[in-house]
Amino acid sequence: MSGFVLTKDQQDMRRLAAKFGEEVMRPAAKEYDLLGETPLDIYRQAVEIGFASVTLPAEYGGLGLDMTTQCLLTEELSRWEAGITNALGASSLASKPIMIAGTPAQKQYAVDMIQSGHLAAFGLTEPDAGSDAAALKTTAVRRDGGYVLNGRKCFITNAPYASFFVIFAKTQKNVGTHGITAFLVEADRPGVSVGRHEDKMGLRLSAAADVILENVFVPEENRLGDEGKGFVIAMKTLDASRAEVAAAAVGIAQSAIDQSVEYAKNRICFGKPIARLQAIQFMLADMEIQTQAARSLVYHAAELIDNGLPYGPMCAAAKCMAGDTAMKVTMDAVQIFSGYGYMRDYPIEKLMRDAKLFQIFEGTNQIQRVVVSGAMLK
Amino acid sequence: MKLLVCIKQVPDTTEIKIDPATNTLIRTGVLSIMNPFDAYAVEQALQLREAVGGTVTVISMGPPQAQTILTDALAMGADEAYLVTDRRFGGSDTLATSYILAAAAKTLGPFDAILCGKQAIDGDTGQVGPEMAEHLGWAQVTYVSQLHPEGEKLEAVREHPDRQEVISVSLPAVISVVKGEERPRYETIRGRLRANRQEIGILDRDALPVEDGRIGLTGSPTKVKRIFTPERHAECVWIEGETAGEKARALCGALSRAHVI
Repeated sequence: MSGFVLTKDQQDMRRLAAKFGEEVMRPAAKEYDLLGETPLDIYRQAVEIGFASVTLPAEYGGLGLDMTTQCLLTEELSRWEAGITNALGASSLASKPIMIAGTPAQKQYAVDMIQSGHLAAFGLTEPDAGSDAAALKTTAVRRDGGYVLNGRKCFITNAPYASFFVIFAKTQKNVGTHGITAFLVEADRPGVSVGRHEDKMGLRLSAAADVILENVFVPEENRLGDEGKGFVIAMKTLDASRAEVAAAAVGIAQSAIDQSVEYAKNRICFGKPIARLQAIQFMLADMEIQTQAARSLVYHAAELIDNGLPYGPMCAAAKCMAGDTAMKVTMDAVQIFSGYGYMRDYPIEKLMRDAKLFQIFEGTNQIQRVVVSGAMLK
Repeated sequence: MKLLVCIKQVPDTTEIKIDPATNTLIRTGVLSIMNPFDAYAVEQALQLREAVGGTVTVISMGPPQAQTILTDALAMGADEAYLVTDRRFGGSDTLATSYILAAAAKTLGPFDAILCGKQAIDGDTGQVGPEMAEHLGWAQVTYVSQLHPEGEKLEAVREHPDRQEVISVSLPAVISVVKGEERPRYETIRGRLRANRQEIGILDRDALPVEDGRIGLTGSPTKVKRIFTPERHAECVWIEGETAGEKARALCGALSRAHVI
């Protein structure tokens, strides 16, 4: 990030993220991108440094830092490798509903698990309930001091490695979103299984898969918040997490800019570096202008969260802008690298594949526009 | 075990540039870091502390800006840090520096061991550690890649170009380390936030039992005559010949004349 005034602590933490990103994350990118797996040793090393603890509450042993710092670190890590950053982000996403609605015991469980290197996953999406989350079909039926869950979640990031899930299920039919309840489901409960590892286009260092629930019994103390409050909890979670996701998209765009500038200075064409051509200069300028604009929205959204001001529409705007910007800027980077940009031996095409997901997940950018216009027109 | 680690702030480049007019290092525009070998010394000390308990104290002699590397060591996990700094220390060569650091070790100690990097990447003398041992009258082991606790002693693995030597050393001792197998750990966010709030002790001339004649320029018998960047020549000679055999003979002749073979 540049152009923002950072505290000494924030500068030092960002430097740490840059060092770790450059020395550990980036070198693993190629190998694990081909494999489509999360390098768990690197994930755990990142957890040991504290990158998964940033916004976890201090009273439960987390770092208790603000969303601005979280975005700063997410952006920096993503600049070096967005997939591992996304695996960290998915655990953070799963912790949020627990921090929003959980009991002290549930919060302590989540903080302890995440800080000891376990992965977690947020399970809302279903095969027939994506943007229309309220259409979910997973059920939770009361039985013997608890609930029995049945259903199938899909595209669940971290699912193949997760030690616990936050699952949204219907406890009451025919009341729409008011019938949805959130549950904390440990991965080792009988009846929990994980489906085929999805072969994704990008962000391949974070893994996604189905989560299948077959007569899974969870005791009452695993319910997050009250019955029927699940949808509100999910929406609050996504509202806040969008700033983080947007920061990761800005990191990808920044990586594309950094590498394009370097390449343009060194690639000789017509007897001089292509950086001396105005066609390239203007492309670089637009990439910079758009990325800085997206970044401004991200940190403004984070600032609203940190100051307890209404932040939903601003986070949606930031996520939409950052996702679209990352897509455009990485496509421009491929264009600047031209033939080399299209080749998998170069690191540029990966950025373009990684960027695409930021227009889709955690609410498609069409849904972000629904949120923004909804706030304008209410 | 009470451990002291001596660290030095150096420019972050192995390509040292020298100002030909003044014969001094050009430091502007060059980021400063903890000397890489010293970072390994901090790592070794932290591992010893984890194995047998105790404390790790870090010191550095230098200008006030050297505090940043002391804070870095605290962020890695060192317990406390001291900056040895005084204008009167300016111009100290390795003899005066090791004398001052030994005095600091006496003042802060007693320590069971002092660890340092084998040399700094700016001056490259490798003398300060061994000289400290001499000033203190302690045992010393140089070029150490591994350190293990061994009762009241330490077992040190000493690196040679062609072999390793395992040495059992009585304490107190000065140990100078090379880059070991385990690279210096990353600081943690928690460690960094704590370190940024931790006070660094200052030791000036008056805080140390030193004689004025043995510190700074007066206490430094070493005089640098000249520092320069060696000029590099690269010439390309084309070997002419009709056949591969002819070219090979010409190449052998040239190498022989150059006393390479």
